[in-house]
Amino acid sequence: MGGMAAPQVAPVEAPDTEEVPVSDRPWVTIVWDDPVNLMSYVTWVFQKLFGYSREKAEKLMLDVHHKGRAVVSSGARERMEHDAAQLHAYGLWATVERS
Amino acid sequence: MFRRRGDRYVADLAVDEIRVLRKVASEVVGLLTDGFDHSDPVVGRLFPEVYPDDSAGTAEFRTYTEGDLKTGKIDQAGAILAALPETAGGEVQLDSEAAEAWLRALNDARLAMGVRLEIKDGTDLGAELDEAVTADPSSSRVFQLSVYAYLGYLQESLLNAMID
Repeated sequence: MGGMAAPQVAPVEAPDTEEVPVSDRPWVTIVWDDPVNLMSYVTWVFQKLFGYSREKAEKLMLDVHHKGRAVVSSGARERMEHDAAQLHAYGLWATVERS
Repeated sequence: MFRRRGDRYVADLAVDEIRVLRKVASEVVGLLTDGFDHSDPVVGRLFPEVYPDDSAGTAEFRTYTEGDLKTGKIDQAGAILAALPETAGGEVQLDSEAAEAWLRALNDARLAMGVRLEIKDGTDLGAELDEAVTADPSSSRVFQLSVYAYLGYLQESLLNAMID
């Protein structure tokens, strides 16, 4: 930065970077890459189960494929377990964890 | 392969295809009933650990979900058996509910075979098949790999017909 010298001011105390307590962090459902499921099938399952648009479902599928895993939903633990069970019914490899 | 006709999904299946589909669907049913064993890697893949680092959490999840999941998978394999022509070759006709059951059941069968065949990311099925044929054209691996590839084509054709 150039220009006028800025007036000297006391550094602002950085706000406490409060760690969100583990117990308050939401849960997420993760889908993992596997070598068998067809890409078109995984995209279809995401649309069907979560009501995602074709674009969003495809992006998630590609995340799973390229990064090995993707978060597909987040929220209360019970809801994530419900999502995981549904994904298992479709043969996707899903786990639940804290975000 | 499947195509759409009105509100149905239809495929003309040869006698060999019907025989193969009956066999793999029956095997899935067997795996989920008499043969059910969590230490079998195929069962492990069809019923993944929802908490990989928490066996108690996984066990509790299974208490609530596994019965329904198992019943659902048996029913969808049953939907394949129910729709296959009794006799030689012939046409299979699926309404939208049966089509979804087939899609899921074909996927279960492919997952099971994929574990047994040790299919990995990047496995080249054509190369695997060539190698297996060279080693022993009459081996069960040749047969299993061809069935696995066939189920993939069939599943994809059904899905494409449903999406169009």
